[in-house]
Amino acid sequence: MAHDHHDHDHEHDHDHSDLSPMELRVRALETVLAEKGYVDPAALDALIETYEKRIGPRNGARVVARAWVDPAFRDWLRRDATAAIASLGYSGRQGEHMVVVENTPDQHNLVVCTLCSCYPWPVLGLPPTWYKSAPYRARAVREPRAVLAEFGLSLPEGKQVRVWDSTAEVRYLVLPERPPGTDGLDEEALAALVTRDSMIGTGVPRRPA
Amino acid sequence: MTTPAPPHVTHADLGGRRGYGRVLPEPEGELWHARWEPRALALTLAAGALGHWNIDVSRATREALPDYARLSYYEIWFHALERLLRERGLLERPAAAGERVLHAADVAAVLARGSPTARPDPAPPRFAVGDRVRTFAGEVPHHTRLPRYTRGKRGVVVHHHGAHVFADAHASGRGEMPQHLYTVVFEGRELWGDEPEAATTAVSIDAWEPYLQPDAEGA
Repeated sequence: MAHDHHDHDHEHDHDHSDLSPMELRVRALETVLAEKGYVDPAALDALIETYEKRIGPRNGARVVARAWVDPAFRDWLRRDATAAIASLGYSGRQGEHMVVVENTPDQHNLVVCTLCSCYPWPVLGLPPTWYKSAPYRARAVREPRAVLAEFGLSLPEGKQVRVWDSTAEVRYLVLPERPPGTDGLDEEALAALVTRDSMIGTGVPRRPA
Repeated sequence: MTTPAPPHVTHADLGGRRGYGRVLPEPEGELWHARWEPRALALTLAAGALGHWNIDVSRATREALPDYARLSYYEIWFHALERLLRERGLLERPAAAGERVLHAADVAAVLARGSPTARPDPAPPRFAVGDRVRTFAGEVPHHTRLPRYTRGKRGVVVHHHGAHVFADAHASGRGEMPQHLYTVVFEGRELWGDEPEAATTAVSIDAWEPYLQPDAEGA
């Protein structure tokens, strides 16, 4: 998973005068909580490293690729997505109760959380900024096609758009349609075609080069 | 004399609201937009693991922040974290001996375990797949997960998830009060009338049983 940082702050750890008010505020709270014994700074490092390096959308891509090549796995996803996904090693926080929704020629699925930022972390990692933003949360349930157009995705006219608003602890993963021209590809090559957005529903998988 | 607590007001219930501009896509892998964001995320998770509040209390605290609309999402998380810590007096006293501090060695296991919310059935379910239902239509004076755009609307139960911790109760100190949870789907026209996209759109929510009544008209 790519995790190139876009630090808009300047790196001046030796000189705190250049730090933003939020940077100072977060550092201050971390210092207090560590001094009082509530947080272990090494645990903070481990949490960050986990979501930068181990838990991200490449996990979900492996779930999708497996479903494309293995009908029994696909069937398991339909019956008990939580267990099927856990069999690949992805489980837990913000993915305790998983449901996989399949795109078909007649139906395109789109996932949103209008009330906050609920998102299937074990398979997709941390939500992108737009997913948590007011425009996406407000508009995805009312004018999903207009939103998809802003992602460069235009659906055929008669296709139904099915929007899943994640209002409880159920988390949704979209199973996109397998792109044409991929018959000869193995699971790893297929996973490389599966984008994060195609598993939220704001995109479709890449076509093979 | 004590003043009654002010009613809970959410600034987070955005579904269907007008006046918002374009969605700005962002490349996969672009995780942070300021250097403090990963620390704020990690502090929120590590402080949450202490168990002084639950996820529904966190959400209720975030959505009630008066400046919610002008904060970035990690700012919302961080401001709510400060508030939760202050309200519980944790910043004024050292950690107690039995405090459940998250240590680096336990991070992977704690995340992999998560916090499942499924519970044994408290009673037989009132609804079954295929049932027509109508959602609660009124104002809710506390944290709730029934979005405003789906209130007083007619829909169909398409999945029964069993009983789950009831967010409304869990957020307000009334315990878990497990309730049956259903996926309820609404036709676009029921939500948005004759708007252009309504005819080809359907929207579902996950609704706890107390949000729902049988829809006599649709039967």
